[in-house]
Amino acid sequence: MNFEAMKSIYIAEMARTRRTIMQSVISPVISTVLYFVVFGAAIGSRISEINGVSYGAFIVPGLIMLSLMTQSLSNASFGIYFPRFTGTIFEVLSAPISFLEITIAYVGAAATKSIIVGLIILITANFFVPLEIQHPFWMAAFFILTAVTFALLGFIIGIWADNFEKLQFVPLLIVTPLAFLGGSFYSINMLPEIWQKVTLINPVVYLISGFRWSFYGQADVSLWLSLFATMIFLGGSLAIVHWIFKTGYRLKP
Amino acid sequence: MRVWLPYLAVWSNHLHSNRLKLMAPILSVRDLEKTYDDGFQALKSMSLDIEEGEVFALLGPNGAGKTTLISTICGLVRPTSGTITVAGFDALKDYRAARKLIGLVPQEMPTAPFEIVGDTVALSRGLFGLPPNEKLIERLLKDLTLWEKRDNPIMALSGGMKRRLLVAKALSHEPKILFLDEPTAGVDVELRHDMWRIVGELKERGVTTILTTHYIEEAEEMADRVGVINKGELVLVEKKAELMQKLGRKLLTLHLTDRLTAVPDTLSKHNLMLENEGESLTYIYDTHADRTGITTLLTDLSTAGVRFHDLQTDQSSLEDIFVGLVKQG
Repeated sequence: MNFEAMKSIYIAEMARTRRTIMQSVISPVISTVLYFVVFGAAIGSRISEINGVSYGAFIVPGLIMLSLMTQSLSNASFGIYFPRFTGTIFEVLSAPISFLEITIAYVGAAATKSIIVGLIILITANFFVPLEIQHPFWMAAFFILTAVTFALLGFIIGIWADNFEKLQFVPLLIVTPLAFLGGSFYSINMLPEIWQKVTLINPVVYLISGFRWSFYGQADVSLWLSLFATMIFLGGSLAIVHWIFKTGYRLKP
Repeated sequence: MRVWLPYLAVWSNHLHSNRLKLMAPILSVRDLEKTYDDGFQALKSMSLDIEEGEVFALLGPNGAGKTTLISTICGLVRPTSGTITVAGFDALKDYRAARKLIGLVPQEMPTAPFEIVGDTVALSRGLFGLPPNEKLIERLLKDLTLWEKRDNPIMALSGGMKRRLLVAKALSHEPKILFLDEPTAGVDVELRHDMWRIVGELKERGVTTILTTHYIEEAEEMADRVGVINKGELVLVEKKAELMQKLGRKLLTLHLTDRLTAVPDTLSKHNLMLENEGESLTYIYDTHADRTGITTLLTDLSTAGVRFHDLQTDQSSLEDIFVGLVKQG
């Protein structure tokens, strides 16, 4: 393994975050605070408790998941797309570094960033609502797995996209709706029966449900199903990345 | 130009006869082919050996396959077939060992605009698996007159500085082989001479340099050997010195006062050629020869009553050879 190379990419990517601290860290925190104000305080005060958890507290896991997913996606997709766009990717591709190492470095950096953002949001939320984390181990597991999975997905999008529009397309038109409809702000039990069934085809439901369970011990679907779905997600992304590197898709003609 | 072609054919036969046979080549390309997904065949069964320490210039028109060749060697393009060995390491199977020996300065100037000059050179070194070496990076940046700019973002650099930065990045892992893809395309005279100086210094340190260029002048200035590539094929590989020696031949053109329909029989021994619809006669002679035959020719012309109102001589340059070969292909 070329650890020095992975370290170099990782450090360079993290340096990019420091340069763009407003966009990378502060803006997701601000938007989350806005969600709290709107959904938690203004609207939430009119919504009754959900299974003994106040609405403000109930949405915290969903909000963290929402940021974790969108941040992982955008960090990773931009992280690999920008060198492709400027052409500096040539340096990585001609270096003595394997595809696996390239992926670990880029995805690792993107996941680190979104985990930092997620933690900041968690701490921020603590000022607004009383939080409890019943299963810290599971919470950390879902936290990291989701960050890595969506960073991988972002990495794939960043390789697939050949313009900025496509780069925005998947996060904006697919992932954000899935995250909103995946129970970030409600329990799927609140939906009419038919939509409860339909919503189960949304993979994000399982991620949010598992994550919320680690906080409050209550879930829309079983814990193991959540874990299983997360693993399927992760495995699928890994398979696509493997295929990309095997065929040189969009990277090596 | 047509006049030179018979000689070119002879020169092409030297294609594989001028290799140094003392050492194993540091870079060996065998039967390399590349066909892109859209069906375009960029390289057609190319074979080439590069000796350690030499400066090799690849000449060729746009789209000839120069960049594809370099990109394939450096691992940016996947070969369709054939082998590449770098100091004995297979470029695909032993890619780590092979790539560690290679530095690449690409034709475009891809830079990350917001990155810091010093950091980006350190990053390049790290990518090759080497621990940080501030002394080396300081020396590189000073050599390339970028030291003052080390804390600036890349976007604050001029075009020439960016080019030098790319050279610094390519040298940051102390490669044995340096590829310069059109190092002086669109740069000013000063930077071009800078680049020549850098290549000269690298050669003294034993670095093998392979450069592509449109400028014949550049190949004449820097290269030990010259290869001409056209339509994916190497049409000529020759030591520059030998090539230049063959350039001793000159072309004498006589602009005739009266148009001729054919070369008079009395002049046939001079191998003259009638050009421009009978308006000029051309004669090829060797400036290194004991007798150029010009005096006899002029006497015979006078005897035959062929009069001319002007004459000119031309010496073939690398450029003529290049243009000739490319047209021929």
